[in-house]
Amino acid sequence: MYINAASAISPQQSFRQPAFLQEPVPLHAHRTSCLEPAYGDIIEPKLIRRMSRIIRMGVATGMDALQQAGCTNPDAIITGTAYGCLEDTGIFLKRMVENQEEMLTPTAFIQSTHNTVGAQLALLLKCHSYNNTFVQRTHSFECSLLDADMFLQENPGAAVLVGAADELTDYSFSILERFGLFRACAAGEGACYMMVGSEPAAGALARINGVRTLFNPAAGKLEDTLAELLADNGLFAGDIDLVLSGNLPGDAAEPRCAMIENQLLASSPKIYYKLLCGEYPTASAFGMWLGASVLKQQLVPAGLCETAPALLRHLLIYQADSLGYHSLMLLTKC
Amino acid sequence: MSAAVYIAGLGAISAIGNNVQENISALKESRAGLGPIRYLQTRYADIFPAGEVKASNEELAAICGWTGTNSRTAMLGYLAAKEALQDAGLVQHGTTWMAGEENCKVGLISATSVGGMDLTEDFFPDFLANPHAGKLRMVSQHECGAITEKMALALGISEFITTISTACSSSANAIMMGARMIRNGMLDVVVAGGTDALSRFTLNGFNTLMILDSQLCQPFDKGRRGLNLGEGAGFVVLVSSRVAAALGKELKIVVSGYCNANDAHHQTASSPEGIGSFTAMKGAMKMAALQPSDIDYINLHGTGTQNNDSSESTAIQRIFGDAYPKMSSTKSFTGHTLAACGGIEAVYSAVSLQEQCLFPGLRIEVPVIEKPGVMVQTFEKAEGIRHVLSNSFGFGGNCSSLIFSLV
Repeated sequence: MYINAASAISPQQSFRQPAFLQEPVPLHAHRTSCLEPAYGDIIEPKLIRRMSRIIRMGVATGMDALQQAGCTNPDAIITGTAYGCLEDTGIFLKRMVENQEEMLTPTAFIQSTHNTVGAQLALLLKCHSYNNTFVQRTHSFECSLLDADMFLQENPGAAVLVGAADELTDYSFSILERFGLFRACAAGEGACYMMVGSEPAAGALARINGVRTLFNPAAGKLEDTLAELLADNGLFAGDIDLVLSGNLPGDAAEPRCAMIENQLLASSPKIYYKLLCGEYPTASAFGMWLGASVLKQQLVPAGLCETAPALLRHLLIYQADSLGYHSLMLLTKC
Repeated sequence: MSAAVYIAGLGAISAIGNNVQENISALKESRAGLGPIRYLQTRYADIFPAGEVKASNEELAAICGWTGTNSRTAMLGYLAAKEALQDAGLVQHGTTWMAGEENCKVGLISATSVGGMDLTEDFFPDFLANPHAGKLRMVSQHECGAITEKMALALGISEFITTISTACSSSANAIMMGARMIRNGMLDVVVAGGTDALSRFTLNGFNTLMILDSQLCQPFDKGRRGLNLGEGAGFVVLVSSRVAAALGKELKIVVSGYCNANDAHHQTASSPEGIGSFTAMKGAMKMAALQPSDIDYINLHGTGTQNNDSSESTAIQRIFGDAYPKMSSTKSFTGHTLAACGGIEAVYSAVSLQEQCLFPGLRIEVPVIEKPGVMVQTFEKAEGIRHVLSNSFGFGGNCSSLIFSLV
């Protein structure tokens, strides 16, 4: 499937800023937040005020991707979110505890359900199409892409809006930090949607040539999966011009990442994309958006990789986490 | 793409029973599972009736054989999914799943709306008082995906796992996703369904919407006042025709149609004309190549709220005119089990087809659909039930319909 348009809100100046690749800003803080754009020309101001951050970031990137693609009524809206609408969940929980289950108001509860971003997009577009939300930790975005790919096979010619969103809140930062999640990387967040189709539109960014997810793979399974993904596309490991790794520079020593990064793709230059977006479960959507931008512009984010070849054809987006989730996504120049 | 997807196994746990057989006995004997809340700690225990699974967390853990801290959502899901796998007759050799002599790729596609919220809401008072307080094991299962992951590890499923969360249509979408993955040749077997435990979070949330009934709910009754919440899990084992043949038993039920549509009307309310539900039902029938007259029974979404039942009955009227199929809402037994209802009601629908019988909706005094004989109000033996339509509609306008057919 082809990425025909894409939009991202992240801790970088990524929203409608094609020059971002020339001046990415390294994240220094321990906790980082998205740089939110002025939403006025995308969402009605009176609606924005009612939306939590994840909803407005998700809706804005969704609407932006649709506008870029010139689409007003997609055939499917598919969203990944690991944590869902944490801000509204936290608000309702706090009031429920403090008021001892009395005197509660519905707004936060209504907006706390995991499908709110996809639902709000449908509502704003008056779109009655297929609408689904996947919530499988670091595979939430990948599962959404698998669904989109399947949808395109079932409905050739369809236009699918697919993306992911996760937000960081005071509560989630405080709790996740206690789990040690941000020891090696800044806490992050982001929203990203893309329009995908079975045919490239004029100005298409890149082609997704395969998405593979693995959970607790047995010995050898990860290597086999990479080999199969490459073989399916008639490629060899040496054809991967750049690896966009969801891991961290220090992480590569760990066996789960080392296999891919230091053995199978040892000679490929790497970018650690979480240095730009921070640590969060659907960061691979940012990785995909970044990869698509890199292929389109034939430009590697300044300062992150000095060894990338001049012509970038095939990128591998790879992530692994300590819970046993791995994903491999192959992205090719249009 | 047109390959059949068979149902090879069923598993359910709800207010009316800890397994499929207990559920079906209660349905046949018109025994509802609704009543005062006895297991969840809440100030509304004696105010809003609910359909709780009749077991404490300790008792559920003992049945699961689990120790440590476990979300009730994960335990309910594990028990129903395990029952479904055993019913299907799939066996595991090492890490390989086998159907008879054939290796198969097995996935778990679950659904939940609360995830581990039952634990998180117990963690929160300590955490609010002091951000360094509260035991982390109480919040480590908060994510919906963590529940499915825990189930998958206990079941021995690793080929593919995912979770869908589209409010009350979640498990219908999980079954649809499972059927599609089999049709697309990505998996051979999918354990598909959903699980939700009752939590103070959802109970209080629904209370703020003022749609909870303080009496026993009366879905599809003109005098209905609202819904009773329930909890539970329901899973079906979907298999490809290759696996169906390898299992060596006669499988009679297929997933013949499905459709996911969005009402796009309001975040929590359904449109008066039932655009989403109409589109979902129509889409599922189109896929199954069925005419309205082919549908023999509808397992309604039928929550008992003014809004849902009015919108759903309008959509049904628009499709079927005056030629209504028989229908009932089994939520009058189980309560509204949210993300689990599509899974539980898929199990009931499959048993209806298998045993050629219709389960009633209880407590109807003045039916919303007045035509005599349409609302099933007592257990009926029936003949010639070939196609059952099951509806699941949710917040966010998410509407999904499934059709199960006898082959």
